[in-house]
Amino acid sequence: MDTLTKTKSSAKAKKTVRMAGAAAVVQSLIAEGVDLMFGYPGGAIMPVYDELYKSQDKINHVLVRHEEGATHAAQGYARASGRVGVCIATSGPGATNLVTGIADAMIDSTPMVCITGQVPKHLLGSDAFQECDIIGITMPVTKWNYQITEAAEIPEIFAKAFYIAKSGRPGPVVIDITKNAQFDDLDFVYEKCTKVGSYVARPTVNQEQVEAAAELINEAKRPYILFGQGIILSGAEAELTDLVEKTGIPAAWTIMGLSAMPTDHPLNVGMLGMHGNYGPNIMTNECDVLIAIGMRFDDRVTGNLAKYAKQAKVIHIEIDPAEIDKNVKTEVAVLGDAKDVLKALLPLVNKNTHTDWHKRFKECDKLEYEKVIQKETEPTEGALTMGEAIRGVNELTNGDAIIVTDVGQHQMIACRYAHFNSTKSNITSGGLGTMGFCLPAAIGAKMGAPERDVIAVVGDGGIQMTIQELGVILQTGVNIKILLLNNEFLGMVRQWQQLFFDKRYASTEMVNPDFQLLAQAYGIKAKRVSERADLSDALKEMMEHEGSFFLEVMVGKENNVFPMVPSGAGVGDIRLE
Amino acid sequence: MKKTFTLSVFTDNKAGLLHRVTTGFTKRSINIESLTVSESEVAGIHRYTIVVNLEEAQVKKLVTALEKQIEVHKAFYHGEENIVYQEIALYKIPSGVITHGGLAEKIVRQHGARMLAAEPEFTVIEKTGYQNEIEALYKELEPFRILEFVRSGRVAITKPMKELKEYLEELELAAGN
Ligand SMILES: Cc1ncc(C[n+]2csc(CCOP(=O)(O)OP(=O)(O)O)c2C)c(N)n1
Repeated sequence: MDTLTKTKSSAKAKKTVRMAGAAAVVQSLIAEGVDLMFGYPGGAIMPVYDELYKSQDKINHVLVRHEEGATHAAQGYARASGRVGVCIATSGPGATNLVTGIADAMIDSTPMVCITGQVPKHLLGSDAFQECDIIGITMPVTKWNYQITEAAEIPEIFAKAFYIAKSGRPGPVVIDITKNAQFDDLDFVYEKCTKVGSYVARPTVNQEQVEAAAELINEAKRPYILFGQGIILSGAEAELTDLVEKTGIPAAWTIMGLSAMPTDHPLNVGMLGMHGNYGPNIMTNECDVLIAIGMRFDDRVTGNLAKYAKQAKVIHIEIDPAEIDKNVKTEVAVLGDAKDVLKALLPLVNKNTHTDWHKRFKECDKLEYEKVIQKETEPTEGALTMGEAIRGVNELTNGDAIIVTDVGQHQMIACRYAHFNSTKSNITSGGLGTMGFCLPAAIGAKMGAPERDVIAVVGDGGIQMTIQELGVILQTGVNIKILLLNNEFLGMVRQWQQLFFDKRYASTEMVNPDFQLLAQAYGIKAKRVSERADLSDALKEMMEHEGSFFLEVMVGKENNVFPMVPSGAGVGDIRLE
Repeated sequence: MKKTFTLSVFTDNKAGLLHRVTTGFTKRSINIESLTVSESEVAGIHRYTIVVNLEEAQVKKLVTALEKQIEVHKAFYHGEENIVYQEIALYKIPSGVITHGGLAEKIVRQHGARMLAAEPEFTVIEKTGYQNEIEALYKELEPFRILEFVRSGRVAITKPMKELKEYLEELELAAGN
């Protein structure tokens, strides 16, 4: 059983090169194909920065303005490109500033490798300057973490880190490197990791489970597909569309799954969850077979579990065994990568159309349009709405842009109304709901997909949590479009105060700086609109401008997002007003 | 309904792993009744024996979550009927009561305990058994003055015959995919 504790290494011996640990860090990154990383220097990581300086032609290091920004930028980069996001920080406060982004990447399954400096080994545990137990702190929010104290460990640990971050259900990995390990020499040789002990990254699909799932699907009268980010992470977008088109089953998305299937696909019925579409929520409690693919039944999706899909037989297609039966009891669980499972499932399912069943969704859509959507996206009077700003964006992008959102009302509105033609286009903080995510994530997304337009849709609260990252735009000239939907409130919290706390607006009203001046101070062209007549021209100017643009849209101060499943209620109790 | 379950968690033998295992409990606000760490019969693999008081559905989720940790190879849970287990307790009492009365010595014998160490000032008595047996001896020794008392966590052997090695071999194979 000796191999259990080691990573598999191939037999053929490679030539080694003598170098310092810090150089080995950079060579390891290059060997993993890293050409871009986000970070902030400091004492305990200086040897690595010195090596980065020497390898500028191979790795572009983007200097953020706060380490949290580095994590969100790495996340945005990873989500837009499908590659591993990399960030780097010094020990102590540099490392602790990463924690929010690491937790965010953990809950949203984003592949990320974070490198932190650490005091020299002989000072560990002495409360040395900027010493902090980042391994202990990040233990619950990492897929894996490791402290390197000897230079010789560097290549193997980096190979392991990238493999773990990217494989299976992806997640963040922290590598903490003591300063002595950065200075000391080692014989460097790099071998990619393809296996770690007994960690099963990609379970073999069990054909019997697939057959059981197919049987349930074929017998179903009102089958219903829910898809999540698992589709995007496994690259199963085509298989999902094939499945949906062959079986005629209506498919709805979680906000992490959004853009895995074109939003205008006739079988795509819309958004699940607290502020999701009416039909997709109501029909969860009407379907007879519920097919969940690469999603984890988050409570913002299910509402009260005691009132969730009790009538349905549930099929759960999922790569992570710990998600099976965690929140919703399944009839058939198919463990595996979504792409592998859908490939196996496709030939076994019957052709169908489910026309009558679709009609029920359509009826709900009609009601939702009349009561909510029309007012939100095509208002003719009153203050500007967030929905009409997003509709304006759709008209200009035709669904081709990447939309990055922060957290709050604007996030829900953007997810509800933005159009998407292709995958990896909706980037948002889903599981952790991290305000401040948007601006740095949009910068990272643009760097991960430079050929695409990136629009950062953000609230006046959230933008101020990481507003310093405007400095990255100034320094790098990265081209992103910032669409600030300003309601001069912490809107989502204010909405809850209005609905559930008798309008006691405790600490949610914002006195804001002049965002126009602020953007201009960072050399970014800025504009503000508050009149309906000016909106579409302003949006057009933003999209056509060469380089970053800051468009502030003043929207109704006390507008609310509907529909809404009140907390504690079931999805069937979704309110339209 | 809550029941006593014994978890056997098999991990790499590395620094920091205890923290990784226990975060699985902290995160879910689950109290650990007892925890023992030792080697297992497989070289390089450590065994955590953890006793919890939970509903079966909860313990099942806990075990799959623990197995998710990269360095955790396999985790099992068993009800009381599927394990053979013991705890060990040590009692330090004044040596005087042993030599003079004879009663204390009789109690020790009756309880299947033994004298582990006899020093001029104190005697250490060792008892291996179930928690209630250890408590019963404690009550009887109490009048003689217990100077120090310590009880270990539970160690448990499971009844099913499949060996850990077989599980690990299966996993190794699956991990190679
Ligand atoms: C870091 C962080 N702190 C607090 C919250 C709680 N929270 C959720 S939404 C929200 C309001 C967001 O306001 P704003 O950014 O202005 O967006 P809006 O809802 O108005 O669109 C708050 C405070 C959070 N999600 N993240």
